[in-house]
Amino acid sequence: MPGKDLNEWLRESATFSKPVIAEIQRAARTGIYDIRGFGAKRQLPAFDDLVFLGASMSRYPLEGYRERCDANVTLGTRHAKKPIELKIPITIAGMSFGALSAPAKEALGRGASEVGTSTTTGDGGMTPEEREHSSILVYQLLPSRYGMNPDDLRKADAVEVVVGQGAKPGGGGMLLGQKISARVAEMRDLPEGIDQRSACRHPDWTGPDDLEIKIQELREITDWEKPVYIKVGATRTYYDTMLAVKAGADVIVVDGMQGGTAATQDVFIEHVGIPTLPAVRLAVEALKEMDMHRKVQLIVSGGIRSGADVAKALALGADAVSIGVAALIALGDNSPEHEDEYRKLGTSAGYYDDYQDGKDPTGISTQNNELAEKFDPVRGGRRLANYLRVLTLETQTLARACGKSHVHNLEPEDLVALTIEAAAMAKVPLAGTDWIPGNN
Amino acid sequence: MLGTGAGEDLQLESLMTPHCIDLEATSVRDLNQALHELNGTQEKSDWQITNPKGRHAVAVGIDAPLNVNIDGHTGYYCGGMNKHATITINGNAGPGVAENMMSGLVRIRGNASQYAGATAHGGLLVIEGNASSRCGISMKGVDIVVRGSVGHMGAFMAQAGRLVICGDAADGLGDSLYEARIYVRGKVAGLGADCIEKPMGAEHRRELSGLLAKAGMTGLDVAQFRRYGSARKLYNFNIDNVDAY
Repeated sequence: MPGKDLNEWLRESATFSKPVIAEIQRAARTGIYDIRGFGAKRQLPAFDDLVFLGASMSRYPLEGYRERCDANVTLGTRHAKKPIELKIPITIAGMSFGALSAPAKEALGRGASEVGTSTTTGDGGMTPEEREHSSILVYQLLPSRYGMNPDDLRKADAVEVVVGQGAKPGGGGMLLGQKISARVAEMRDLPEGIDQRSACRHPDWTGPDDLEIKIQELREITDWEKPVYIKVGATRTYYDTMLAVKAGADVIVVDGMQGGTAATQDVFIEHVGIPTLPAVRLAVEALKEMDMHRKVQLIVSGGIRSGADVAKALALGADAVSIGVAALIALGDNSPEHEDEYRKLGTSAGYYDDYQDGKDPTGISTQNNELAEKFDPVRGGRRLANYLRVLTLETQTLARACGKSHVHNLEPEDLVALTIEAAAMAKVPLAGTDWIPGNN
Repeated sequence: MLGTGAGEDLQLESLMTPHCIDLEATSVRDLNQALHELNGTQEKSDWQITNPKGRHAVAVGIDAPLNVNIDGHTGYYCGGMNKHATITINGNAGPGVAENMMSGLVRIRGNASQYAGATAHGGLLVIEGNASSRCGISMKGVDIVVRGSVGHMGAFMAQAGRLVICGDAADGLGDSLYEARIYVRGKVAGLGADCIEKPMGAEHRRELSGLLAKAGMTGLDVAQFRRYGSARKLYNFNIDNVDAY
């Protein structure tokens, strides 16, 4: 007989869990798939499954506050006349004006510029505010080409050809009508208030051979000054990296499946692509195979949250990382100070992922002027700068512990895995063994 | 790649009018660099380019009212992102000719390959021959006039501007288009999703007549053209339209 507390007797189905049941009911009620923001929420093999082997008898560490551990990175050394010099190995990923409010974009620029790193435009073009406040700005060339023009191309410090993103490799951009304000519509040459469904393929090239020619055109237009990045969502990363090198990339950006989005089908976010952990290793393997490691720089993104994540990505061979969702959280996204407003939207601080609907109480992922005006770009920029400094300090702390005078000197040999899956994906030994699954 | 000594040649050439550039002797890089030196000016000089021989990215990124004549066939992206210049290709053009053009005029005396005028924001693209597939894909304000026929998926996702086809249009014309307008004189093999025929009013005949005149197309009766545009049913997601996706 059940007692007073029903929960002691009720058994939840592992297959039909409460969230699964809720989703079936939601689908039946609305007739449309779930579109949301944020990144993958499922448990995935990740950098947390790796740990560093700090220095001890056979290696000596560096003094924390006395011996230098540099963290600068140069991007675009392969072909560009003007490579980018970053003071820290952490960049801000592409997020559009449209997905984000103008003050949020400004804050990203302010924060990144304060610590000497770059920000990136997004699907929708470059706003004067973000150019003004970003000392180093990467201009994305996306399939939609919204807002693409040669003047902004020349104003940019680098060009990023977006082939895909980790949240939706194989999918195009999406910005629902409620966020297509007059200004967003004008920048994208679209009618106000329509659902914007960007193309998933570029309009004027197909495949890596064409892309090589496209990049040649971009270099010609910019007189070979700007580094050209190629960004891919992590899927067939080994081959994609090789093809990106062949297509002429100066920098390759690999975005794992934890990578964020402002609006994508939940089924896409959770079920397409591979985690960032194996993606780094695959990209580095491809670069080494082509003798292009450190000649073509690798930026890794997708679920980077801490200096530990940064250090592990670098140890596996990345030159830099990129953050999106973490940067928004630093600005104030999902902050408990907005709990009352989150509750009114049927959610709670820490759970908010409805970047697509434009009602963000923080004023970050909205085009509602009233909400956007609540967001203070100076304060947001300061918070982001603080966060980036913490990530850098944490990365340097781990590098010094491993005896490295530059964060790029971290190497796979400094790592071991806590799980068999992580050992296989990162190709580092399972802790306490010399076993790397898959290696003969 | 940079040709040794090409810069010297260009300096000598620049003393003459028109500027004559032989792409067998001068690299595309040096040509584009010389053209870009004039960006932002009101320079209206003539440039005669010979022996393009299918080279890519010829005369891209110009931002001045230059008059560029190219004798021969061009490869990918000729005239890409053009602003203000008048570029004439006395031959056929490879894929992506005049892609993302902002203003000016690009005229192709022959045929154009795929994606002609892709994402172009402004200016006029004239194709005196035929255009291959996806002509005017994602066009954002450019006017395109094709004397011949256009391949499949013409004006795919076209956002703004006008596409005039004096010949026939292959299947999938105007698929998922937004506010761009399409005029076709010949047969349309099939319309893409959300593209419908619309009535030709007096204002449309005037608009078409003006476009044909601007493109230098004579001997065509605007009464023979039909107009196509967006039904605007897919502008906002509606589950009842799911079969169209």
